[in-house]
Amino acid sequence: MSILVFIEQRDGQVRAISREALGEATRLAAALGGPVVGVCPAAADPGLAALGEAGADRVLLAGHPAFAACDASGYAGAVADAAAVLKPAVVLFGASTMGRDLAPRVAARLGTGLATDCTALTVEGGRLVASRPVFAGKALQKLTFRKVPALASLRPKMFAPVALAGKSAAVKPLAVEFDPAASRARVLRVVAAGAGKVDLTEAEVIVSGGRGMKGPEHFSLIEDLAAALGASVGASRAVVDAGWRPHSEQVGQTGKTVSPKLYVAVGISGAIQHLAGMTSSRCIVAVNKDPEAPIFKVADYGIVGDLFEVLPALTQAVGRLNAQA
Amino acid sequence: MIQVVCVKQVPGTENRVKVAADGRSLDPAGVTWVLNPYDEYAVEQALRVRDEQGGGAVVAVSVGGPGVASALRNVLALGADRAVHLRTDVTAPDPLSLAHALAAELRGLGAGLVWFGKQAVDDDQAQVGPMTAELLGLPCATAAAAFVLEGEKATVEREIEGGHEVVELTLPAVVTAEKGLNEPRYASLKGIMAAKKKTVEEKPAELGEPGLEVVALVLPPSRAAGRIVGQGPGAVAELVRVLREDAKVI
Repeated sequence: MSILVFIEQRDGQVRAISREALGEATRLAAALGGPVVGVCPAAADPGLAALGEAGADRVLLAGHPAFAACDASGYAGAVADAAAVLKPAVVLFGASTMGRDLAPRVAARLGTGLATDCTALTVEGGRLVASRPVFAGKALQKLTFRKVPALASLRPKMFAPVALAGKSAAVKPLAVEFDPAASRARVLRVVAAGAGKVDLTEAEVIVSGGRGMKGPEHFSLIEDLAAALGASVGASRAVVDAGWRPHSEQVGQTGKTVSPKLYVAVGISGAIQHLAGMTSSRCIVAVNKDPEAPIFKVADYGIVGDLFEVLPALTQAVGRLNAQA
Repeated sequence: MIQVVCVKQVPGTENRVKVAADGRSLDPAGVTWVLNPYDEYAVEQALRVRDEQGGGAVVAVSVGGPGVASALRNVLALGADRAVHLRTDVTAPDPLSLAHALAAELRGLGAGLVWFGKQAVDDDQAQVGPMTAELLGLPCATAAAAFVLEGEKATVEREIEGGHEVVELTLPAVVTAEKGLNEPRYASLKGIMAAKKKTVEEKPAELGEPGLEVVALVLPPSRAAGRIVGQGPGAVAELVRVLREDAKVI
């Protein structure tokens, strides 16, 4: 049996998360057997043969002019058709906004179980076991699948891509039955948030501010440090609820769960719902004036002090480091 | 127009998680239960649409045991017109079985708009909404951050990586609500009193066959305690050094 992987493209580029899913698929294929097959709904081939190096044995190109920018319901048919033809043991998706939208639709079409936003997949006794955070990371759930294929979507940045130099994937067309005129969901437009802005779930470094910032006007201090570190800006629930920052920046339960390489929490006390969303970060730094703040219990490194003094000094020090590099 | 809001009762976000003796479920002892936070935005938007249209009905639907009735009463107190409690003894049914139960109920309700929260903050699966839409053959927009209805067309704005997209749906349609879609109201005393007179229809949930089985619920490994590098701006140099030389993250 094969492992099928949804290959997500945007603007003619295969998204990084699909390489992460292919990497995991090669590891599953080593335990479960069978080839790794991608399925890519797209208007034109975004260079799928090169996905051989990312682990694909072959890729089905579900070509349709409307698939340049399409609602998930359009892609669902193509992915479900690929699954019907291949009869894979497992179908993997990246848990991107598209994957989160698409995977449940494919699961409904195939009448099978889906584990979303998984952080680990293992094979135990020939069965796939999915591990996924629940309660925004306060606990971890392990699931098995009662039907075939098993569907799983993978949290961004948790699964390592592979690099198989010189390997090429065979690209085969997949017949698509899709009538955009009959579709009752239409993407009218996609608006970029501004050059270089990286979504929190995909960011390598995050600098987050909390109530200790004392007001929205002081977030320029957070933005300055973020710029020096090449980081994205995050926020605690308190400051989002106060209207200081947009919800898209909220980290924690009812916000985003993130796992960057470096998470800098500034003026954030560390309420349980915030900790749930960021404790899987590789390295956590906290700056807070209260030495008893719960954030220090999860931080690798802490500075106790006035953030209005510490932040500018830190930004400067990082700037000097950048200048040396 | 009839609108349906599918809601779930979940542990409040301030709860700590304890694992039950079975090793696979939440220990309910001491847990405070609330309406799923994202569902509040779904309820609010449905009420606004009803009020803008000057008519129609908002029906709250939930699947679960006896405890669910209080979540439904909350939604009635906020202003929903009636509620349907799809009863089951199954604790934490999986998304596929839930979607089947909701789809079975929705087929008979003739709703123009079906609302969900974008995910429940307990199992965080974020799949019952789009799954139900697919079972019903309805268009669906997930994680709506803005919503405008004009006639039979709904325009939904949703955040995607590095920006947002605008999706147009032709009704009937399913929409799942993101935080920030609106400013949810609080229940008024009058609303709470009025809710007591509204009907909660009870019927057995027609759960579908589950696709998943939970085999374990475990607490994440706790992080080793870190160290305080120092006090005030004087500690910055040492912090930068350890981040570069020890942690190797900058």
